[in-house]
Amino acid sequence: MTAPPRLELQHISKRYPGVLANDNVNLQVAAGELHAVLGENGAGKSTLMKMIYGSVKPDQGVMQVNGTEVRIRDPRHARALGISMVFQHFSLFDSISVAENVWLGLDRHIGLAEVSQRISDKAQAYGLPIDPQQPVHSLSTGEMQRVEIIRALLTEPQLLILDEPTSVLTPQAVDKLFVVLRQLASEGCSILYISHKLHEIRALCQVCTVMRGGRVTGVCDPRTESNASLSRLMLGAEPPALPQRPATTGAVALQWRHHDGSTLQVRAGEMVGIAGVSGNGQKALLEALSGEAPSPPNDLLVLNTPAGALGPARRRALGLHYVPEERLGHGAVPSMSLALNMLLTRQQGVGRGGLLRPREVAQRAQHVVQTMDVKTPSVHTPARALSGGNLQKFLVGREIDAQPKVLVIAQPTWGVDVGAASRIRAELLRLREQGTAVLVISEELDELFELADRMHVIAGGRLSPSVARQDATVEQIGQWMAGLWQEQSHAAV
Amino acid sequence: MLRFEARGQPSAAWAVGSPLLALLMTTLIGMALFAALGKDPWRGIELFFIEPIRDGYAWGELMVKATPLLLIALGLAVCFRSNVWNIGAEGQFVLGAIAAGGVALLGSAETGAWLNAVVLLAGVLGGMVWAALVAWLRDRFNANEILVSLMLVYVAIQLLYYLVFGPWKDPLGFNFPQTRNFEDGALVPRLFDGSRVHLGLPLALLAAAGAWLLLFRTKLGFAQQVGGLAPRAARYAGFSSRSALWLALLVSGGCAGLAGALEVAGPVGQLTPYVPVGYGFAAIIVAFVGRLHPVGIVLSAILMSMFYIGGELAQSRLGLPKSITGVFQGLLLFTLLACDTLVAYRVRWVRRQPEAGGGT
Repeated sequence: MTAPPRLELQHISKRYPGVLANDNVNLQVAAGELHAVLGENGAGKSTLMKMIYGSVKPDQGVMQVNGTEVRIRDPRHARALGISMVFQHFSLFDSISVAENVWLGLDRHIGLAEVSQRISDKAQAYGLPIDPQQPVHSLSTGEMQRVEIIRALLTEPQLLILDEPTSVLTPQAVDKLFVVLRQLASEGCSILYISHKLHEIRALCQVCTVMRGGRVTGVCDPRTESNASLSRLMLGAEPPALPQRPATTGAVALQWRHHDGSTLQVRAGEMVGIAGVSGNGQKALLEALSGEAPSPPNDLLVLNTPAGALGPARRRALGLHYVPEERLGHGAVPSMSLALNMLLTRQQGVGRGGLLRPREVAQRAQHVVQTMDVKTPSVHTPARALSGGNLQKFLVGREIDAQPKVLVIAQPTWGVDVGAASRIRAELLRLREQGTAVLVISEELDELFELADRMHVIAGGRLSPSVARQDATVEQIGQWMAGLWQEQSHAAV
Repeated sequence: MLRFEARGQPSAAWAVGSPLLALLMTTLIGMALFAALGKDPWRGIELFFIEPIRDGYAWGELMVKATPLLLIALGLAVCFRSNVWNIGAEGQFVLGAIAAGGVALLGSAETGAWLNAVVLLAGVLGGMVWAALVAWLRDRFNANEILVSLMLVYVAIQLLYYLVFGPWKDPLGFNFPQTRNFEDGALVPRLFDGSRVHLGLPLALLAAAGAWLLLFRTKLGFAQQVGGLAPRAARYAGFSSRSALWLALLVSGGCAGLAGALEVAGPVGQLTPYVPVGYGFAAIIVAFVGRLHPVGIVLSAILMSMFYIGGELAQSRLGLPKSITGVFQGLLLFTLLACDTLVAYRVRWVRRQPEAGGGT
């Protein structure tokens, strides 16, 4: 008789008002298995994990842990059953030490000294160097994740769930994480690995359950699949390949003097990428470039015009357009219609004295909706009713439609489904071919390697020198993301 | 048990239905209140909802009270939509009345009707100045506009008391705390014989059209609302939050000031300590019951005016205290707040189910 699976879900369904988040989902995870759950944003992965971890209850279906049917009441019950979870967003208090943080989260009452000892033991056993006495605010994001993993390991889990664990890590840190996960699996702990990054899943996992629109669309061995075949399962269709032509660059269209003395230049017809783990100064840089935060006039030149002291509207008049990272509340007013959201950055349909011509505004919005294939009932639909991918297509389309001389775009495909992401990337490449200077700030290295002609890295608020894409390697960019680059190579910019 | 489920989208139907349901509930609770006080509930309903529209004269009185409510609430709608919480319209109303009264007292029996235009303009400026104080303190020192505008109401009222008890007191007025009656040239012209309806009504309706135009047909009004709904999106667009603050307060201060001027140069005809009757506070309810939309506000101003008149009638004919008006205003506001839950949530009646039970 074979051992029962560590976790088995049968016909699990969960309905939220207006949406069936999980529809008859089956999932089987064997002991010691590295099991991936792959799907676009909104495919139902998070809902499924929350049900396994007990923070959401299923409407229907059966859940078995080690062959016994269970109804998980809450996360505490889940931990008692040997299920632990590491969330994408950390829940650590900055002002206290690692040991104190872990201590707070423990279910049983044991002394702080013993907790410190256990942390050190786990850290040793899995090669996760961490000092229990260190205050959390002095840790890097990678180290904070280590703390979360150790905290999960202290409950001696039989099943560890990790939700998008690599989104905050440099490539080197990802490799180290994989070593730890493989060791855990070899000791019999099952791993549920939630991700939308195909190459990571292929490198790490033995089984992959693919979800789309709340349903399971396939179970496969990712090691024998290609990126294309996996994304076909995830999307129902293959994303079109991007045409890539060498840049034909013109004059410098955007020049920014960074506060560390380095210079950022983007030429007409060139796409420049800025890599870096988020929280390393991207926000300040974007606010300075967009005009939301003013700077000395000559720090920013747009087509040779000093623009540092100008506000966002004046910069747009010069031809500098910007697509922010956050769509709802920053790039768009959530409760306002797509048509009205056009007016945030566009002047079409604004007559003399600021009088609006609503029909003309709606027509312009309709044009953007059509050219970008935005799926929406109408241009009078509020922005928040659109999916992330569709809204992002609309917002990118709104700025491209203005035929900008310079486009600054932050995290162009963050939280966007793969279909919309490839469309947005294709539009950015087309814009560059038409002679626009494009600056892309992204956490996704793959994306930058796909799009950018040159790359900078931002780390600790400082800006690295640039490197041409063909000369760049993931290892080098990864090192730079940790802040390690030679200062003297600025001369080579 | 009752269960609230968040809607994916706020319901457009309930945005309109909520004030109507609130009105119905206010009426029912009001009837229960009449019954509990030993009065005939149907008689009470008649006083509040039938008597004020019985004949032409009654309609006129209804409009006379609706005019200041409408004007003030329109200004507040612009303010609230810009996320500026001016709750001191009462003070701006009083300052408008003081400024208008000051100008009106300058006139003599010979002064022409042009004086009235100056009187109204002075009222607008008076309200604006009072609101500008709020804007300046917020802009310069980041003082909370809710507290500042509210506290300035009491300063304004004390200023009015000082003037009518002191320097502006009518020397021939038997020591009553009031100014002399304004001359004809200073008074707002009436529209019809046998009715107190005055020029203020068409002005207020014009203001409603203007507010609609500003909010929904100009870039300026659009920018105001973006600043209110999503401040970061306003920064992204390049809309200045400072000018939005100033514009919102100047518009609402000006509207409240005009209402004050129309009141003292209209039905009252002089300055007395009884000029502030709470229109500025009632208009807050009017603005929200009218969904901060000019058309809705026209309707809710009439409704609130009914409450004022019904309250007076209940006082004289049923012997109920005057505070019955305030009770109805409060009922309407609270039921509206409760009913607005339905805009964002749907209510389901579900049988109590076992923990993590089967399908719904």
